[in-house]
Amino acid sequence: MSHKYPSFLSRDRTWQPEPYTPGYKTSVARSPRQALVSLQRASDSERSGPVFDGLEIGQYDNDLLMNFRAEGEQAGLPIGERIIMHGQVIDQFGKPVPNTLVEMWQANAGGKYRHKKDGYLAPLDPNFGGVGRCITDAEGRYRFRTVRPGPYPWPNGVNTWRPAHIHVSVMGPSISTRLITQMYFEGDPLIPLCPIVQVLKDPEAVETMIARLDMTRSKPMDCLAYRFDIVVRGALQTYFEE
Amino acid sequence: MYSQYKLQDDSGLLRETASQTSGPFVHIGLALEIAGFESRSDEIWQDLAKEGAEGEHIELVGHVYDGNGEAVHDALIEIWQADSHGNYISNFDNKEPFSGFGRSACALDGDFHFHTVKPGQVDFYGKPMAPHVNIAIFARGINLHLQTRAYFNDEQEANEQCPILNSVPSAERRKTLIAKKEQGDGKPRYRFDIYLQGDGETVFFDF
Ligand SMILES: [Fe+3]
Repeated sequence: MSHKYPSFLSRDRTWQPEPYTPGYKTSVARSPRQALVSLQRASDSERSGPVFDGLEIGQYDNDLLMNFRAEGEQAGLPIGERIIMHGQVIDQFGKPVPNTLVEMWQANAGGKYRHKKDGYLAPLDPNFGGVGRCITDAEGRYRFRTVRPGPYPWPNGVNTWRPAHIHVSVMGPSISTRLITQMYFEGDPLIPLCPIVQVLKDPEAVETMIARLDMTRSKPMDCLAYRFDIVVRGALQTYFEE
Repeated sequence: MYSQYKLQDDSGLLRETASQTSGPFVHIGLALEIAGFESRSDEIWQDLAKEGAEGEHIELVGHVYDGNGEAVHDALIEIWQADSHGNYISNFDNKEPFSGFGRSACALDGDFHFHTVKPGQVDFYGKPMAPHVNIAIFARGINLHLQTRAYFNDEQEANEQCPILNSVPSAERRKTLIAKKEQGDGKPRYRFDIYLQGDGETVFFDF
């Protein structure tokens, strides 16, 4: 029997967070108690997945400085520290992952999300939406222009704050490599205090989520750059059907 | 060296980037309509089948419940499935009558809602798997997305033969993977409620 799709290195679930992490209170009632059922052999169902060549990506979909501009008197640029967020999606063998969909969402510079359920008292920015997407190029590279989000408080402990972070989603070409994470900023003193960061047991796992200041990509008199490389599960081999 | 790549000690393989919860505001990024954003030029959403898609058109709906029996309204659901002939169509294209990938959210009435076609049987090393939809669940409080499959209760014979369904050790737990046909408007509707924890806890897979 041959398969059209590669198989993947198994996911290291001692490295990834456990479902039940009581320091992050919401996980307590939302974590399965039964063991996962491990598929001894993945089928085409798990090996395959969508590719997004046919998805029409708009001109400003990866430019959050431009993609949510107010009309009229309020029209302008978003408030906050202008940044380039960029990096490479590679697999565990170091192989670039081209044509994969990278999506991101974030709070504005004041730490407020443009979402009706966000009740934080910081104001919305009329020129900032907080959503971006792009498709990686042949070398697996992606790039966004945005502002650095602010930290925000949330109800977990009595005084818990999220470090500045950007939510990042990687999808395709297999559902086996599906990943949603959060990108943090090098040097942020809130990182080690955060119960959501602390769901990772290994400090090195936390390091995989911390973007590094990248002066080589910064634009003088314009914006700083942060590099955030993303590693997805390694593709083992591909067999093509005759 | 700006990269945050980490090597595994033993094998030299890179470590997978750590997962984090999608949080309560996932809609801003992945379900724009729910967050109240205008649609961009093209969105990934819950209608996998449009008029003219081959096969039996169905709805797939369901709630997500936590261990206290509360509905999880901030859950985001992704599905990936074969077409009615049992072929995975990798190329996602909203201009085509059928796409195998979609997203929905439980934010409005607690149900996720997909309009799709009933998938055909997919081969597994020479044996057919029963028709199924692959599901990923993301929510606040879920540190790494959960993976399951929805089968169909009117495919009993195929379900009994399905090598993956049969790899689930208990008959009682296998039942959690079966969507139930109910009265829909116009087309058949299958309900697949997902129980994250406790009584009737859904089977979640590692693969
Ligand atoms: Fe957040």
